[in-house]
Amino acid sequence: MNRQLVGYGLLLALMLVAPTLVYPVLVMKILCFALFACAFNLLIGYTGLLSFGHAVFLGTAGYVAGHSIKVWGFPPEIGLIFAALAAAALGWVIGSLAIRRSGIYFAMITLALAQMMYFFFLQAPFTGGEDGLQDVPRGKLLGIIDLADDFNLYYFVLAIFIFAFWLIHRTIHSPFGQVLKAIRENEARAISLGYDVAKYKLLAFVLSAGLAGLAGATKTLVFRFATLTDAHWHTSGEVVLMTLLGGMGTVFGPVVGAATIVTLQNELADKVGSLVTVIMGAIFVVCVLAFRRGIVGELGALYKRITGNR
Amino acid sequence: MKRKLIGALVGAAAMSLAAGQAVAQKAGAKVSGDMVKIGVLTDMSGVYSDLGGQGSVTAAQMAIDDFKAQAKPAWKIELVYADHQNKADVGSNKAREWYDTQGVDMITDALNSAVALAVSKVTLEKKRILIDTGAASTRLTNEDCSPNTVHYVYDTYALANGPGKAVTKQGKDSWFFLTADYAFGHSLEKDTSDAVKASGGKVVGAVRHPLNASDFSSFLLQAQSSKAKVVGLANAGGDTINSIKAANEFGLTKNQTIVGLLTTIIDIHALGLPTTQGMMFTEGFYWNLNNETREWSRRFFGKHKKMPSMLHAGTYSAVMTYLKAVQATGTDEADAVMKQLKATTINDMFAKGGKVRADGRMVHDMYLVEVKKPAESKEPWDYYHIKAVIPANEAFQPMSLSRCPLVKK
Repeated sequence: MNRQLVGYGLLLALMLVAPTLVYPVLVMKILCFALFACAFNLLIGYTGLLSFGHAVFLGTAGYVAGHSIKVWGFPPEIGLIFAALAAAALGWVIGSLAIRRSGIYFAMITLALAQMMYFFFLQAPFTGGEDGLQDVPRGKLLGIIDLADDFNLYYFVLAIFIFAFWLIHRTIHSPFGQVLKAIRENEARAISLGYDVAKYKLLAFVLSAGLAGLAGATKTLVFRFATLTDAHWHTSGEVVLMTLLGGMGTVFGPVVGAATIVTLQNELADKVGSLVTVIMGAIFVVCVLAFRRGIVGELGALYKRITGNR
Repeated sequence: MKRKLIGALVGAAAMSLAAGQAVAQKAGAKVSGDMVKIGVLTDMSGVYSDLGGQGSVTAAQMAIDDFKAQAKPAWKIELVYADHQNKADVGSNKAREWYDTQGVDMITDALNSAVALAVSKVTLEKKRILIDTGAASTRLTNEDCSPNTVHYVYDTYALANGPGKAVTKQGKDSWFFLTADYAFGHSLEKDTSDAVKASGGKVVGAVRHPLNASDFSSFLLQAQSSKAKVVGLANAGGDTINSIKAANEFGLTKNQTIVGLLTTIIDIHALGLPTTQGMMFTEGFYWNLNNETREWSRRFFGKHKKMPSMLHAGTYSAVMTYLKAVQATGTDEADAVMKQLKATTINDMFAKGGKVRADGRMVHDMYLVEVKKPAESKEPWDYYHIKAVIPANEAFQPMSLSRCPLVKK
């Protein structure tokens, strides 16, 4: 237990100094996608629901945050909360429809509804269509701290990330989280034990959607724009890739996965040119074939084997 | 060669005479780090990679090599490039990083409107220069115009307005539109319709199709039964290619003229002359125009194995013009270079008498082209008849309609 605390402490210290070592905007982007992947992992890793339209929450919250901050003049913190709530509300609507089915049908319903929203964003005048919603001001946090400065914004984003990560961690280790895991392992048994499975699934879905929304809204604040890419099904696929690569159903897996993918996308962009997508595809294939538990999952298993042998 | 040099010198002299005080300031200014760094930010793996992509990198490198050979600058020039994967966040992140950590002075290409708009904001924030040769959106020089952005090659207004006026004036005066049902398609349709009506033509109808439609048959039957002389394709990419193929299969091309509103030589090369013959559209550059374009394009072909698109030619011209402006001002400081760019008349294989306006729009002649019949094509890539030259002052949106806050009215 103590060791775990030390580990978290070290990580926190590393995150606090990270912007001086690595380019801060890149770290913020990693944090946003890590949060997105963690939210997704809550659903697939702990509840066993594969949503294939999760980008819709990222995208919706991005647009809502952008529009409310830019046009309605919301302060950034209110804009973020409002956007996360909007994503959670959308999650409730999509979730209520989707959890009536399971397996591939669940995935297809989420994908279909997400595509509908994508076409709505493509057409709606306030999103700017394929040009995107541009020039969102970063504003001042609580009216005091100027977020236009990358460092100020970094610590704000880090705080959001830590809060959301803590929330997910809490959820997983709560009785509620135990029920979710029970549903993942054996849904019929959970029903027979008297749990209202549909209600638990819906709640997990809404929570996941809201957190994905928080990630999307934060991303809008970092980059000062929201575009269709965020709501596109490619992004839904990417978050699956991040989660699988990092380790599905592990706490840190999605963070590692997101960091790996975002860093590769960014760093390879000016080194290998057109090969970026090929390399990402190859990594995915290797990951699924060779280490199915993902990076963190495999490391965890290795650690257990070593300590177990001792 | 000599004449160009003299031209540059005369330009520089005129500049310094015109602004005597500026010279005093400039004596202290110099090129930061004795290095001018140019970034090509483009799509190298997605749908636009043939239009820009590696070809733009090649073109920019050619411009740098040619400039070094001609002007022998005292400073070094370096080229970096990146694949933005058509993601605005990757593009804007890369641009930020280039500006902040690598000392990039100017970014070019930046195709894809969402990426271009995002990079334009970053460029303004970091006080550098964006010469966009790839994106189509008129927002770059209107609502979202910036004192640090030049929009160099084309925009949706130029693509729509050219054929709208020129084709109508040639007697093909009734139009029917096949429009992709989203903002880009709507704005193309609207701009073209306005131009058609202003030239005395009429629009007999329009049909909207969803983005990435696979079956165009019912839309094309409507177009056919409308009896319009011209069918305008207000769509792009795969939709344009599919609708052209389908139009050919339905025999639409026998009685009606297809006008592409975002078609380039790359599409024609991909589809072939038998399918595309008789089509009309606007281009900003054609390799087989005159000796100067042929000479440059053959050199480009030698390196890239494909003839240049207007983006490639535009990127070469943009980099060359930028480097000359740095040479003339003796600094890579953005404000001074932008001032010089706006005072320069661009004369090269891409533009004759090109001017950068206050809103950042570079205006130059555009060409209305008609695709040749297979029998008329004498060599590979010999695809166009030039039907009309649209002069610079008519090709682009007039300043009086500008929605750019930088334009004083």
